[in-house]
Amino acid sequence: MIEHLPILMIVVPLLSAVMTSVVGRIHRVLSWYLAVIVTALCFAGSVSLLSTVLETGRISYWLGGWEPPWGIEYAIDYLNAFVLCLVAFIAFIVTVYAKKSVELEIGEARLPLFYTVYLLFITGLMGIVVTGDVFNMYVFLEICSLAGYALIAIAGRREALMASFNYLVMGTIGATFILLGIGHLYMVTGSLNMADLAQRLPALYGSKVVQTAFAFFAVGLSIKVALFPLHNWLPNSYTYAPSVVSAIMAATGTKVAAYALIRVMFTVFHAEFVITGIQVNHLWTFFAAVAILAGSILAIAQTNIKKMLAYSSIGQIGYIILGVSLMNLTGVQGSLLHILNHALMKGTLFLVVGCVVYRLGITAIEDFKGLGKKMPFSMAAFTVGALSMIGVPLTVGFVSKWYLAMASLEAGMWYLVVVLLASSLLMAVYFWRVIDNIYFQPYEVGKIGEGPVLVDKESKPKDAPVLMLVPTIVAAVLCVFFGIFASLPLSIAEKASTILLR
Amino acid sequence: MTEFILAKYNYWIYIFLMMTGFYATIAKKNLVKKVIGLSIFQTAVFLFYISIAKVKGGTAPIWMEGNPVYDNPLPHVLILTAIVVSVSTTAVALAIIILIKKQFGTVEEDKIMEILELNE
Repeated sequence: MIEHLPILMIVVPLLSAVMTSVVGRIHRVLSWYLAVIVTALCFAGSVSLLSTVLETGRISYWLGGWEPPWGIEYAIDYLNAFVLCLVAFIAFIVTVYAKKSVELEIGEARLPLFYTVYLLFITGLMGIVVTGDVFNMYVFLEICSLAGYALIAIAGRREALMASFNYLVMGTIGATFILLGIGHLYMVTGSLNMADLAQRLPALYGSKVVQTAFAFFAVGLSIKVALFPLHNWLPNSYTYAPSVVSAIMAATGTKVAAYALIRVMFTVFHAEFVITGIQVNHLWTFFAAVAILAGSILAIAQTNIKKMLAYSSIGQIGYIILGVSLMNLTGVQGSLLHILNHALMKGTLFLVVGCVVYRLGITAIEDFKGLGKKMPFSMAAFTVGALSMIGVPLTVGFVSKWYLAMASLEAGMWYLVVVLLASSLLMAVYFWRVIDNIYFQPYEVGKIGEGPVLVDKESKPKDAPVLMLVPTIVAAVLCVFFGIFASLPLSIAEKASTILLR
Repeated sequence: MTEFILAKYNYWIYIFLMMTGFYATIAKKNLVKKVIGLSIFQTAVFLFYISIAKVKGGTAPIWMEGNPVYDNPLPHVLILTAIVVSVSTTAVALAIIILIKKQFGTVEEDKIMEILELNE
């Protein structure tokens, strides 16, 4: 049982996605219970995998007993286990949170269908992280993306439909580029297994086919990661999707795509290839820096809080790619830490916005006035999340920004430190606007139900229900916890980056 | 020169198809035409993959007596998976287009943008 854990991480959500529609016919709420149990099991499994990897090192699981490179291999090392734990944890708390929010925003009739597509999304995410085979990664990437398109459009809101369609077109183009990259690699090496490719490729680095393959991978994965020039699908998708969908996609979707990018860049094509062969790391540094600044500046101009958080996400993805493109140990460590931290911080922020939408149906920043007294716990979580994003010491944001700044100094690019500081200040500008409205403005009556989601006119602005509040507060507490006791993520990130840069 | 163009004619065909599909996806205003363009784009990639499976003098990869040279069956299998992915994507895209038609009354992108801007 334990040795089959890598494949169970995928089989359990996949089968229960099918069972959820069946179970939902008996009673709709049962589909939520099933989803919670499944995500809890996945979280437990991922923690078990992480502890096994920390004790014994890399796990290699052969699907069906077939030896790689003829068979598909699931290879779990430090990086995998780290991201897997993160994804499973976020999936679990968002599922617990989802009950009330989905009942309001999507309607009880479609509850089983929602949880089916949701579990398929989780399957896709876990599959991308667990697999050690590039084509398998493409398949799971597409499973995750298709479920994502359906999740965004599921509430039937007009803007959400167009946003989902645009995301679909861009995402499919990205995935097709990845497929082309895989094809080129297969043409020259005859293998699809990541470890095998890593062995065979160094001899072929001069070949134009390998360079083309890398170019296709870079562009395709950059579309999925929403790196600066290819980010266009992200703001509308996060803004108009239901709150739960925004939360899970913001916290995990792009992180897993960033993980896939790191895997392809460092494990399949080694770091020397990127630095000396095709020299694309400077290009990535440039785009990452522009993403950081553009994301923060565009976020200041927004009036809808979800759109503001979406542009902020674009900036944060710039941080992750910046660390990776610097190609030194501290940089990759900072990126891996930022993957964890951003998932926690953005998760907290989007969960809080979901609480506000649940109680008041509003998403405009103007309408956040005076909520500090009416919804104290949610707003406290928002403040913690906002402070982490800005990078106040004692929160997670500070740890990863510190590492990224140190990495920039090590690489001799001091102007990147200026970019990092400038973006922190810009973040302080737009988050302070919201915090100012929350705590220092009086509450205006009559704003209830004027937003995109209709709530009961009798609905009073009191704090969110417990089932929604507890996951939000857990995420906020973890933002601070991993900021103070950062040793565990740091050690895992360090081991992972050492292996990646070897 | 002849080597470059005529000997690799299959790659030129796929590039042409791929760019046609890509152009349709970007330039056409009708959403259904965009989906068709996406489908052409993906089909070109599949053809590319399958073409690399052919081995010179190879026969179909079904076991027979003797020691024949077989074609490579693996890309065919990969493309079966990719075709399934492509069909699912087209299905989701068309489902979203049906919903868009119900909500907006049109599937022309410029009219949809007008309606969205009016409502903002």
